[in-house]
Amino acid sequence: MRLEIAVLSAPAVITFLAFVIFPVALAAYYGFYQWKGYGEPTDWVGLNNYELILTDSAFHDVLWHNGLILVLSLVIQGPLAIVLALLLNQKIRGRSAIRVLIFVPYIISEVIVGTGWSLMLQSDGAVNDLLHRIGLGSLEADWIADPDLAVWTLMAIITWKYIGFAVILMLAGLQSIPDEIFEAAQIDGASYWQIQRRITLPLLGPTIRIWAFLSIIGSLQLFDLVYIIWGQYVSGTAGTSTMAIYMLAQGRNAGNYGYGSAVAVVMFVISLIVALIYQRFVLRRDLRGAVTEGAV
Amino acid sequence: MSATTTASRRSPAPRPKAPTGRRGNRDKPQKWGSPVTYFIALLFVGVCVAPVLYIVLGGFRTNSQITTEPAALPHPWVVGNYTGILKSSVFWGEFANSLIVALTSTVGIVALGLMVSFVIARYDFRLKGAMYSLFAAGLMFPMVIAITPLYLVIKDLGLVDNLLGVIIPQIAFGLPTTVIILVPFLRAIPNEIEEAAAIDGMSRLGFFFRMVVPLSLPGVVTVGILGFVGSWNNYLLPLYVLNSQANYTLPLGVQVFSSQYSTDTAKVLAFTSLAMLPALVFFSVFEKRIVGGLTGAVKG
Repeated sequence: MRLEIAVLSAPAVITFLAFVIFPVALAAYYGFYQWKGYGEPTDWVGLNNYELILTDSAFHDVLWHNGLILVLSLVIQGPLAIVLALLLNQKIRGRSAIRVLIFVPYIISEVIVGTGWSLMLQSDGAVNDLLHRIGLGSLEADWIADPDLAVWTLMAIITWKYIGFAVILMLAGLQSIPDEIFEAAQIDGASYWQIQRRITLPLLGPTIRIWAFLSIIGSLQLFDLVYIIWGQYVSGTAGTSTMAIYMLAQGRNAGNYGYGSAVAVVMFVISLIVALIYQRFVLRRDLRGAVTEGAV
Repeated sequence: MSATTTASRRSPAPRPKAPTGRRGNRDKPQKWGSPVTYFIALLFVGVCVAPVLYIVLGGFRTNSQITTEPAALPHPWVVGNYTGILKSSVFWGEFANSLIVALTSTVGIVALGLMVSFVIARYDFRLKGAMYSLFAAGLMFPMVIAITPLYLVIKDLGLVDNLLGVIIPQIAFGLPTTVIILVPFLRAIPNEIEEAAAIDGMSRLGFFFRMVVPLSLPGVVTVGILGFVGSWNNYLLPLYVLNSQANYTLPLGVQVFSSQYSTDTAKVLAFTSLAMLPALVFFSVFEKRIVGGLTGAVKG
């Protein structure tokens, strides 16, 4: 039986340790060196990389952008997704077709979404043309390069790409609530809004909290969309660059693997702190089953 | 919204045949909802789909059409952009690379994931809890964070610019989700089945291949789809690992193509549409599973 356990679990455990855990541990090690990625790192600089990161105003900028994206994602997508899910949870015709179609942006890769939107959002692109045609020509703008607008453009694209996922999650959550509860409430004379506020929302709580967690982690790691649309340089001036872009630019692209690794560690610590706080104070109730049961 | 409010308020009214009730009339499934609901639903669908349609339709236009009227339908329709790309070896090469990477990653994720989940779910040993926590903690290590040192590991193994350098890490990073989804599935298989199989002389491994694999098929399909789509759309890892165009996967191909032909917008749109087509087809075939799998994942 020991042999069976070893044979069955070794491939997964070894692959996982070698390509997930080991690199993360390596990042912590390389982060203490100034190192160009060739040979063994020898140039020990202690906490110098971390000092540089934490005092670099460019890093403050990207941290601020990540934070802003995180908060805006929750504030915009959360209520919107809940309202849309409540709406789509009614018995309407074509519901399954609707569910497929709203999921399409989520299935398409970030690269394609980025390429498509950056073409549409050019100053002589389709979005401005459309505004012009429907008589809103005064709203035409340089959606991508204008630093006052860029972050909002990014939020619009993020919302477009991920709202379908949020709605589908919320719908799944809504459907797990037994109909009898609603029927009982109706019989007791509760109004539609009372039912939503007092029954649906609380019972949807676990789904909302899991969604918010996924959204938070996603916001902290945002890379592809920004990199495709704005690129390494424009994202800096347009105010949309993120920690992951900073890491690529200052690390691999600049040949400073030690520094890049240190940025990765900082990102990891930030994500971990946020996740732990969230799990401790928000998800505790929901995860009690999942984690403890699984660990037994 | 107000229409819905009134509708629901009326429904519990003691008029069993009242035609205005929404929830009350379950036995009439062919009922139409309020027009407001339809309007908002259609608007939402339109917003989701329009940009995708723009990309697809744009591929049927010429550059001069796109320049003079960016937001318009093809007039006349041209297929040259699409046929040109369908004839190019670059596109098919990248398509083949994406397919190889996605299929092998998916097989790897499912095979390794199923085996280790089986051990965690159905064997008793000391490190069981630790093993589960290890993979669960893996959810906290997204590829973005590990990418710099991961690239160095891949480089040390001589896998830079090699599809294996993308496949193996994708398998590793796909395992946490797989384990989280599959363990409850495998645990739910009743012990009686295992005991019956043992009485009939089946070994534990025989039980695994002949009973567990078929019984956990729904979970396996979900995990497989997540792995396939994730791989098909992955950009960051190929960006770090693959350098030569012959090894590019489609996401890299799209990016390079769009900067190479930045003046030929129509062609870029056609290339982009063709690159997203397989994921969309795959999704529409397995749509129920994907949506169902998400439901399971959230509840789990």
